[in-house]
Amino acid sequence: MEYEPVIGLEVHAQLLTKSKLFCACSTDFGGEPNTNVCPVCLGLPGSLPVLNEQAVTFAVQAGLALGCTIHEKSIFARKNYFYPDLPKGYQISQFEEPIATHGHLDIDVDGVSKRVGITRAHMEEDAGKNVHGVAGDSLVDLNRAGTPLCEIVGEPDLRSSAEAAAYLRAMRDLLVFVGVNDGNLEEGSFRCDANVSIRPVGTEKLGTRCELKNINSFKFVQRAIDAEIIRQTAILDAGGKVKQETRSFDPDTGLTHTLRAKDDAHDYRYFPEPDLPPLRVTAAFIAAQRAGLHELPVAVRKRWVETLGLTAATAQTLSQHPQYVTFFETVCQSFDQPVKVANFVANEVLRGAKLHGLAATFTVTPAQVAELLLLVESGEISGKQAKEVFAALEGTARTARSVVDERGLKVVSDSAALEVLCQRLIDGFPSQAASVRAGKKALIGFFMGQVMKETGGAANPKLVSDIFERLLGGAP
Amino acid sequence: MSEVLDLPIPEQAACVARGEISALALTERALGRMEAHGGLHAFLYVAREAALAAAAAVDQKRARGEPLGKLCGVPIAIKDALCTRDAPTTCASKLLTRRNASGTAGSDADSGWRPPYDATVVARLRAADAVLVGKTNMDEFAMGSSGENSAFGPMLNPWDSTRTAGGSSGGSAVAVAAGMAAGSLGSDTGGSIRQPAALCGVVGVKPSYGRVSRYGLVAFASSLDQVGPFARDARSAARLLEVISGADGHDSTCADLPVGAYEAACDKPVKGLRIGIPEEYFGAGLDPAVASSVRAAISALESEGCSVHPVALPHTRHGIATYYIVATAEASSNLARFDGVRFGLRLEPPRSNLETMYGKTRNAGFGAEVKRRILLGTYVLSSGYYDAYYRKAQKTRTLIKQDFDRAFETVDAIAAPTSPSPAFKFGDKGSDPLAMYLADIYTLPASLAGIAGLSVPCAMTRANDSQPALPVGLQLLAPAFEEERLFTLAAAVERLTAPNGPARPPLG
Repeated sequence: MEYEPVIGLEVHAQLLTKSKLFCACSTDFGGEPNTNVCPVCLGLPGSLPVLNEQAVTFAVQAGLALGCTIHEKSIFARKNYFYPDLPKGYQISQFEEPIATHGHLDIDVDGVSKRVGITRAHMEEDAGKNVHGVAGDSLVDLNRAGTPLCEIVGEPDLRSSAEAAAYLRAMRDLLVFVGVNDGNLEEGSFRCDANVSIRPVGTEKLGTRCELKNINSFKFVQRAIDAEIIRQTAILDAGGKVKQETRSFDPDTGLTHTLRAKDDAHDYRYFPEPDLPPLRVTAAFIAAQRAGLHELPVAVRKRWVETLGLTAATAQTLSQHPQYVTFFETVCQSFDQPVKVANFVANEVLRGAKLHGLAATFTVTPAQVAELLLLVESGEISGKQAKEVFAALEGTARTARSVVDERGLKVVSDSAALEVLCQRLIDGFPSQAASVRAGKKALIGFFMGQVMKETGGAANPKLVSDIFERLLGGAP
Repeated sequence: MSEVLDLPIPEQAACVARGEISALALTERALGRMEAHGGLHAFLYVAREAALAAAAAVDQKRARGEPLGKLCGVPIAIKDALCTRDAPTTCASKLLTRRNASGTAGSDADSGWRPPYDATVVARLRAADAVLVGKTNMDEFAMGSSGENSAFGPMLNPWDSTRTAGGSSGGSAVAVAAGMAAGSLGSDTGGSIRQPAALCGVVGVKPSYGRVSRYGLVAFASSLDQVGPFARDARSAARLLEVISGADGHDSTCADLPVGAYEAACDKPVKGLRIGIPEEYFGAGLDPAVASSVRAAISALESEGCSVHPVALPHTRHGIATYYIVATAEASSNLARFDGVRFGLRLEPPRSNLETMYGKTRNAGFGAEVKRRILLGTYVLSSGYYDAYYRKAQKTRTLIKQDFDRAFETVDAIAAPTSPSPAFKFGDKGSDPLAMYLADIYTLPASLAGIAGLSVPCAMTRANDSQPALPVGLQLLAPAFEEERLFTLAAAVERLTAPNGPARPPLG
């Protein structure tokens, strides 16, 4: 039988606050174990949480970017379970009344766009980390405990692993764009669980789902889901039943395996967190966040394609990161030919660009690029020379003009001098010249090549072509 | 010369400030009494060295002519549920002790957990130049009404050592009643300050929820817990409350409202105040001697110009059920952190698995009542039971609060007994936890409503063959953040029922 996968993703995105969600400890990654801790995030008896306002601002911004309804009143709740990396024995999260609900995320797979529903987005604190196997002991590092997370639950609207991967990328790009998350899967600041079930094509009833935990790369999300679809298909084809359970993907074997059966599922005993009053954000605050929100990638791409004439592919490339957008638009301010700017930035500049979360480093500045493109446009240098100048500019503070001057790269546009050269070549290759005169126009390319060779590619090609036309074509 | 340690707190502080007695001498006096009355087992830990050092520091401050705090040199005892950075904090539980050499839980507070920080109220006492003399005994994790749930043995009632001091803040009440400290702090979740205050014959205040910071109070039931003072008279309690009250950046549930002039309120006339009498608090189960003492005190207030009105608090009968769902639910979660991983007790065979460590540690570390409440609370929050228990209890809690809101539309304060009986004998409530739960029947509703409450001694029972004279407490309740009214009324009750000052227990 043929089956259709039904997939929904839960994303855990770290909110980029300097301090933790309920205390003043730093959220810095990579410190000595148990150094960024205090009575609150250690869960010491008597300590109490105090909500970080910046985390609320970021969560509201994320919710707005996802088109969610932001609720003026939301409730923190305790999710109770025992584990050594969870110091209080409960995680402070949001349950019955989250801060944001009913949003959507637009994705694009092979040129087909699709709108995926967002069920909810809420704030919660991260757990610490258990470190196993040190001399047979298990150690606990609570530096990460209390780091603010935004959990974003998507509707089961995805129908393939490719859609899931596209959703995850779009989510990452969006959150990085808004400036609330650094999109760093390696350091775990952007994590994902996937709920996967399959059903016979054409049917409505959902199959039994399995939850795939902690998929920590874009590559794995697709592989993990594909592996799970294959596993579930095999079970159903053999007449079996899929058991609801939590599973883990092993990238080494490419298979998923059981973590927890449903019978072992936790009863989290959620109840409203009595240590925190209901969170209230005013309509004015929400409106201000909405007004201050960065233009989202979808809107940026639409504007570029419709008003600047960029291709969808180029627009996609340049809207991957907010710093790319800023770079491109800054160059455009000095050189108002967006298509040319876009192609140059996408093909040359981005090759040397490096992303560090919300920050990006480029090998050149927008001003250097703008000047370079102006030199090409005015005919002072050729497109080919522009690449050479660009290479010379990378990692320096030089101007494009100084490189052109130093290397004598100016295009030769002196028509008298060029005509002398052209005539000498015609005289030097009489049989080829005769062929051209006899109608073999294609051989003009041979003469063009000779000119470029003689001038080191610096001759103005349009001018040279005109001269040959005149010297070889016009005469009977 | 009268004993300075027996004067009201404002006078003790004034004596120290004027140099009539050094803080060191006053502290030594308190430490001496703590030793003399050690048999009452009011203290789990005597902070002798730290107290003497703090007292010496106050004296040096005075010698340098620096301004002194409102509690300068005054010896204060602290319930062992409050974190102190220089003294162990155990909540009278073996779980907050270290494992000893024989592989079992610690047997006293000396092996107790040392917090790295002070509770906000403790820091405020220190900032006011109080001298903290020790940590007081209590029911384990503040769960109990007799002190019998202390893992280290109960405290004794100074009026009759065969009787309980009440609980859970029994040690703090005994310390003050026996004159070992001028004042003390306790915590009240369902009556844990007011009830032992009544049984020991001292003033005990349960402030409105949000009046006092809970930061550093080891949580029992977060939506009910409040820290409050004990003292031998209303004015002394008022000064303590003024020092510890007010907004705290570490506690989001602590209100940013101005602190009242509680001490000044003690001098205000009661004339014209309207007092409500809820008949629900005078029904079956109330000891006749308590009933007549409380009614006599109310009549005395009437003679001073108060008007007395019946009020209805019809949902009172749901108080116990509601409380034991809400409080145990929160406790089951609050006590999850006592898992043996980071602090306190850990019992495990080497390289045992995690569940074994949790199980052994919590089984050996928690007493029977704590376990009972964790089980109850876990049950009422469980999937499938939440709506029937926890959610319903939240609704009845609202109804109880609305009872008080309605009553306070027509009266300024409510007067009632604090405890259905005077101090009861050890073992009197037998092994039936429900009988013990009834001891708090008159104090639970105010906790659920979050309003202000206070217990003030209003009479001594007549001694007879079966019992000596025992104190009776009058409970006064006021709307949230109207503590001033309580102090005005309590000071009047003291003037009217004990014109020669508070009664003293018959200690050697």
